[in-house]
Order: sequence, then structure tokens, then C-alpha cells
Amino acid sequence: MTATVTAAPRTADAWRQFTGSGWRERIDVRDFIQANYTPYEGDAAFLTGATDRTRAVWGKVSALFPEERRRGVLDVDTTTPSTITSHAPGWIDRDRELIVGLQTDAPLKRAIMPNGGLRMVENGLKAYGYEPDPFVTRVFDTYRKTHNAGVFDAYTPAMRAARKVGIITGLPDAYGRGRIIGDYRRVALYGTDRLIEAKRAERAGLDGRPSTADVIRDREELAEQVRALGELTAMAATYGCDVSRPAATAHEAVQWLYLGYLAAVKEQNGAAMSLGRTSTFLDVYLQRDLDGGLLDETRAQELIDDFVIKLRIVRFLRTPEYDALFSGDPTWVTESIGGIGADGRPLVTRTSFRFLQTLYNLGPAPEPNLTVLWSPRLPDGFKKFCAQASIDTSAVQYESDDLMRRRTGDDTAIACCVSAMAVGRQMQFFGARVNLAKALLYAVNGGQDEMTGDQITPEMPPLTGEYLDYDELSAAYDRVLDWLAQTYVDALNVIHYMHDKYAYERIEMALHDYPVHRFMACGIAGLSVAVDSLSAVKHARVKVFRDRTGLAVDFRTEGEFPAYGNNDDRADSIAVDLVESFMAKVREHPAYRDAEHTQSVLTITSNVVYGKHTGNTPDGRRAGQPFAPGANPMNGRDKHGVAASALSVAKLPYDAARDGISLTTTITPEGLGHVPGERAGHLVGILDAYVSAGGFHMNVNVLNRAVLEDAMEHPEKYPELTIRVSGYAVNFVRLTREQQLDVISRTFHGAL
Amino acid sequence: MTGRIHSWDLSTGVDGPGTRFVLFVSGCPLRCLYCANPDTWHMRDGREATVDELMAEIGKYRGFITTAGGGITVTGGEPLLQSAFTGALLRRCKEAGLHTALDTSGLLGARASDELLADTDLVLLDIKSFDITTYKKLTGGALAPTLSFATRLDRLGKRVWIRYVLVPGWTDDESAVDGLAAFLSGLGCVERVDVLPFHKLGAAKYDALGIPFPLRDTPIPDPALVDRVRGQFRGHGLAAH
Repeated sequence: MTATVTAAPRTADAWRQFTGSGWRERIDVRDFIQANYTPYEGDAAFLTGATDRTRAVWGKVSALFPEERRRGVLDVDTTTPSTITSHAPGWIDRDRELIVGLQTDAPLKRAIMPNGGLRMVENGLKAYGYEPDPFVTRVFDTYRKTHNAGVFDAYTPAMRAARKVGIITGLPDAYGRGRIIGDYRRVALYGTDRLIEAKRAERAGLDGRPSTADVIRDREELAEQVRALGELTAMAATYGCDVSRPAATAHEAVQWLYLGYLAAVKEQNGAAMSLGRTSTFLDVYLQRDLDGGLLDETRAQELIDDFVIKLRIVRFLRTPEYDALFSGDPTWVTESIGGIGADGRPLVTRTSFRFLQTLYNLGPAPEPNLTVLWSPRLPDGFKKFCAQASIDTSAVQYESDDLMRRRTGDDTAIACCVSAMAVGRQMQFFGARVNLAKALLYAVNGGQDEMTGDQITPEMPPLTGEYLDYDELSAAYDRVLDWLAQTYVDALNVIHYMHDKYAYERIEMALHDYPVHRFMACGIAGLSVAVDSLSAVKHARVKVFRDRTGLAVDFRTEGEFPAYGNNDDRADSIAVDLVESFMAKVREHPAYRDAEHTQSVLTITSNVVYGKHTGNTPDGRRAGQPFAPGANPMNGRDKHGVAASALSVAKLPYDAARDGISLTTTITPEGLGHVPGERAGHLVGILDAYVSAGGFHMNVNVLNRAVLEDAMEHPEKYPELTIRVSGYAVNFVRLTREQQLDVISRTFHGAL
Repeated sequence: MTGRIHSWDLSTGVDGPGTRFVLFVSGCPLRCLYCANPDTWHMRDGREATVDELMAEIGKYRGFITTAGGGITVTGGEPLLQSAFTGALLRRCKEAGLHTALDTSGLLGARASDELLADTDLVLLDIKSFDITTYKKLTGGALAPTLSFATRLDRLGKRVWIRYVLVPGWTDDESAVDGLAAFLSGLGCVERVDVLPFHKLGAAKYDALGIPFPLRDTPIPDPALVDRVRGQFRGHGLAAH
């Protein structure tokens, strides 16, 4: 049943019945979609359930999950550094699988990818009881430098210090940076021969240019891209697929696209390996075959189900510390669904529904990270289905299509959680985030770390008054943030220079245009802690308690102050100012490869770890307590319900946070309405209203506190319990106990 | 115009249709044993607020609640205890084009002027019991004014949703439920009946106020009982949830 192909049909046959011309002349998938897709404005009634075949395949691979969960990893190939062609083909159930291809020769067997960093590989192996292979160690210690080694050669002492105390954290300096989305659709539409030809033409365009460092690097990268496309072709051939030519059927289109993605996850263990925006593209093929009688709905759904099974079992070898930071074992295989086209037609197709239907056919799961690009103008039937899927599974996130379409166009996809990029035209240098709450304490303490007492910034005068003065604190904070922005962008430049040099994403970049538009994606954490602290100082009185060395270690607030998250401009305007001012500071520092600076307000689940490493704060938060995730208000301080809290977050200006602003909401089912049948409609209303108010992103968790508490005590009963955390869904039972408690203590909107 | 209010909140699908701005006014003439908001009993415990101030607050949500298919709901406490204030607020909301709902026990229905009701799109009428004796014991008040208010609402052609809190041992009596259902089915204005299972989430408020929570040991209704009572209302042709 594999997609074996015996004779290569000509391109003309593969493109039969397709219309439009621009996409034939140049590589332009968006143009192809616009010319050929069929919007679907109906409801979910056409969908089909899981077939016996699908259940058998999914059953076989999911039977491996308990053992994997118990041991941390199921298996690792310790001796073969992964490349596109390094591993022999593997199958889950060769006779039944429709879409084939695994990262290694067996499902859930992880590969090593030392280009990013040898230490990460070795620590990952040791943590799970494997011995690093001496030959691999020798190669990457002696003969082949890694990204990680390069970065540490070029870091300054100031960067190391900032990293160590955790004022800048999560930097991709020891592993793959990720967040680059190859346009995997190109493999299906054009085949690799045509893509190689286009890349060669781009490369030839540089022949007349003087060989400056930039031009030499571009030529080398384009040469690597061509090589990677050749390797993709070879790897696909081991599965019996000839991807040198365009896909001729829907089955092949899904398969070709997946093989393109598979090549990427064989080559890179990027922090987020997102898929792009594939459903409506694939729908063109599925619809053609449905119209032609080659498929029925059951088979169409099977193809998507099988594809999603593959996406669910993408695995990387990481360390337990990394998994603790990001909750579980994330890969961020983000698929962006829906949205509205520039011409006003919804980009919703039947296959948009089919992707969401996998949450029912295979059960809820965090991967792929299903992301609906929301607009109030989406068709009602689709909106209702999304909302119902949220209520039933909590496994869908929403991002404002209206905000993105105007800036990155109608072929935008989300990388990771909230980072918008025009597919195949834009990429980003992932930059993790800085800790704004800690930075505020540095302002009080003259740049000394409140936990270690070490002087981290250049000497600055500490604040010495018994009470904090707002103007003094603001001025000191401004100085600290100036230093922080500079150190941060500087560190990112080092990281991305080295990543390009030692761990370049060959296949992902082969599936981009040349030249590509680059973003330098900075980020901030602890926004609500910093804002509430500033609000406390401004609107109440905050007394400082210092230790014997004069270090401010605690605060007491006298009086009331408005907190961020209540749609109260007195606090919310502080948040807006802080986001805008840090963005402006970041922009002052030139970025590597002339990347455009952006920032996110996103923590994923690292808000727990940031909180752990940050002392008492003037808002009353105790040392070690978690921050709120992303752009969320602090837990429990939003007093007026989800709408008020969402409206505060919606005030944050997207143009000063183009890498995304994340809001996680937790609502009990009753919080969406007394009558179960009305809840989906109510959630649609909330999403419409939030997006209309300028809100960018919303995770929607619909759950009961009792369920979560029971899941903590009896994880074995809830292997599939999925919740959304700041831009991403995770298996609740795979969170640390601390993270579980954090999730539970978060405001349960509508609990009363 | 000023009134005394407890707080405001945004809620979805529990205080009328859609996402709504819900104003809790202070002061209530009843003392329902199951009351979840004992902190709203006394007007003196509330804070003073002007209609202008509240309209400014509501204005911040106008776009949101309109898009989300909601509006505003005045609840409490008992909104008709401050009927002039409530009426003024409903009028201003109506003028602002917002959907308006009034959540009341109906005990003070006589205080609701025809003008106030004209500014009210939907009445959420809480009928605590249909048995006169139980009603008195459960709430401290009389049932008759509520029933006559219901009849008046029917005459005026107001849209009405009934709220019925189901408390085991208090409001689960089969014949009392049947009686209420029969009465309601005779009123064309009743669009639906929401059967609300008793909960004890307000218990902490009693502790904080230092007053005993009378139903602390009363069990919450089991799903079968909730189904039975909803079934009784449905048996009389009512849409019960």
C-alpha cells in the first residue's frame, strides 16, 4: 500500500486540470493555491471517523507510548549522526501504512544530531542510560566543530554572565534553533528536479557579483541547498517514492509533502519544527481526486489521519532539563489552518476540517500543534467546528488572521507557537527571551543579581530609599533595559552566525526563496510581574527590605494598586509602554544578516523556571513563584473574568511584538454557558470579539479543576489529557508536578 | 443617579445569552439558605457608584459583548431593591444599543415600572420554590409577589427565562416542581427554564463573613435528580436545561 511509483508521469499529467499560470513559471505555491482551491462554507457533517486500518496503525504505535513515557525515550541510535540519508527506511505497519517514512529505521527510535552541540547529545544519552559512542565523540570533538562550540568561542564574559543568572534564558546556543518552516508543499507541487533547477538559477545570479564574505556565504548555502534536495530525492527513493517529479495524485501529494518535512526532521532537531500551512494546499489534490472518483471521503480522511500519525511521532533526543523547561517532549509541528485570502475568500477547505477531525479519529494530542488562523469573517460552520474541538479536546490554538494577513500576507504560517511568517519567503532567527521581572530587580539593585549578589551589569547606582520612587525606578529600569537589549542582541548575533556556519538548515532553506527575509526574533518574559510591580510603585507605596550587604531582597506593598488583566488602563498602559520601549531598544542594535528585529511576549511553560530563578518582586509575588505564562495577567489578579483579561492583553501592540503575543485562557465548561449545546457558539463569540479588539493569540483550555487534580494523582488514567500552555499544547501528565500545580492554580475563569 | 453595588464581572452563557457585563448590586430582601453571594445581602456593604461611572466601565466592553452576542445583566443582590437606579442604568444601556437583562426574584416586582421593563429585553426570573411554605422557609419571603410579577411579564409580552435552583430536600419535591411547571407552561412568555444544581462554592464567603452557611451539609444534587427535574419541566412543554 505504499506510494510506490513505477513510471514517472510527465509534469503535465501531474498538473492536469489545474488552472493558473504564474505558479507554473516560477516557484509560487500561494499562486497555485489561489488559482485552484475550493473554499468550503459548510459544516462538519461530511467528515468520517477512523477506519479499522487507521485504528490498527495508530494502535500499533500508541502501544509504544507507555514504555516511552516510563523510560523517557524508547530507543536511540547512538552511533549514527542523523542526516537526510543516514538511516534505512522504517515502518510502523508496512502493510497498512498509507503515508510512509520515519526519522530512523523504527518508530520512536531517536537519532543523534551533534551538529547543534555534542554536549546536548551526550547529556541526553547519559540521562536515559545510553553510552555516547566514542567514535561520534571523537569526530565532533576533534574533526568537526559544532554550533555550540562555535558560540562559546565567541561569547563575551558579559553574555556568559547574563546567561548564567537567567536574565537571558533559553538561548539556542546548545541545540538547533528551529522555528524555520520549509515550504514542504513545494516538493509535492514541483518535484525536486524543478526545485534544484530553480536553486541553480538563483545561484547563477550570484556569479557576476564580487566574492565578498556575504556573497561567498550565499553561494555556499545555495550549493548546500541543492545537495540537500538531492539527498531528499535519494531518501524518498528508499521508500519507493520518486519525488524528483511532481506529485500526480492526492496520495502522492501528502506523501511528497511529508517526505520533504521528514528530511527536515532528520537533519535538524530544531526547538520548533513547524509544518506550515498545508491543509488547503493538499485539499486541491484531494478535491481533484474526489471529483475524479479516485478517492472517497473515507480514504481522503485516512490519508490525513496517517499523515498526522507521522507528525505525532516526531522525536528528538534532548535532555531532561530541556524537557522540564518546555514541558514534556515538544516538537512544535505547528500546522496553520483557515484564515481569509487577500481576495476575501475564506481559505477554509474540507481538508481544514479533516485536520481537526484527527483530534477525534486519533484522540486528542499536543502534536501536530493545530493552529487556527481566526477571523470573524471565517465561515460559521468552520468556526463552530473549531470551537467544539476546543471544548472537546483543548488542543486548538487561535491566532488573529486579521492582524497577520495585513503584514505577512495570506500565505502566513505560524512557527512554533505565535511567530508569523510568509511561508517560503521569510524565516527567523529564534532568540528565546529575556526576563523583564529580574531586570526590574536589577534596576533596584544597581545591576546586582538578587539571588546571587553578583554584579551582572556594569556598575549602576542602586536605589537606596526606604520606599521605591516611581520616577527613580523607571529611570533605573530604563538603564538596565538599555544594557539588556544590547547584550541580548549581541548574544543572538553570535548564536546565529555560528548556527549558520555549523548547523545550517540545508533542506529547510532549500524550500525558501532566495533571498529570504530574516527576522531576529527576540522575546520578553515576566511582563505581568514587571507591570504589576511598576503599578504597585506608582499607585501604592512599596517598602524595600535589604539584607546586610544592602541588596534589596523583599518588598511590602502598602495600599491597593490596579493590576494588569482587568482592562484597566492605569495598569495596562504600563504594559503597552514596556513592550514598546523594549522593542525600540532592541531595534537600536544591528542584527546579524540585516535581520528585521521583532519580539514575542511568550514563555511557553518556561514561566515556571523563570519564576524559580527570580527573587521577591514588588508586586507581592514571592521568590521562586512562577510567572504568568506569555502575556497573561498574573495568576488570580485578573478579577473580572476572561473578557476583561483578554482585553488587557489585546491592548499590547502587535507592531511592537510581531513575533507574537500569547494569551492562555482556562475556562471550565460551565464558564462557557449553562447549556452544553450553546457553548461552542459562545466560544465563537469570544474569539470573534477578542480578535476584533486586536487580540493576537489565544490558547483555549476548557476543563475542570477536579479533572486536573485527579490527573495529578492518577496520571495513568489520563494518558491523552491535553492542555494548552502559552502557545502550545502539552500532555498534562508529562508536566512536572510543579508545572501541574501552576496550571491548576491559574485562574479558572467562570468557576463560580 | 447613584446606587450601591457589590462588583461587576464578565460572564458567558450563565447570565443571559452570550458574553455579558454582569453588575451585582448590593442589598437583597431575601435570605435564601443556599445563597452563593452572602456578601451582597446588605446595601451598606456595597460601594456607591454612579450610572455615569458604570456606563464608562460598560463602554470599555461594548465592542466585545456586542460582537460576542451578549449584553448587560443587572443582578445582585436584588436589583429591584434599588429600582430607580436599576431603571436608570437599563435605560442608558438600552439607549447605547446594548441587550439588557434583569435578574430578579420578583419579590419586588411591583417596584419595576413599565418603563423599566420596557428597557429590559430579557427577565431572568428566579423562582425559588412553588410551595408557599417551603418558599418562606427557604427565602424568608413570600411567593405570591413573584407569581403575580410573572403574570404581569406575560401580559407585557416580555421574554422570560426562569431560573430554578435545585436543592436536595428543599426544592426537589416532585409535586411542587410539577405545580411550578404547570404554572409556567400557562405563561407564553417563558422561553426556557434553567435548572441550576445547588453548589457550595459560596461557602468560603460565609466563613469570611463569620456567618454560618445553613446548607453546609446539604448534598449537591446527583445527575439523576437533575435529569428528573428537567424532565418534569419538559413534560409540560417547557424548554428546560
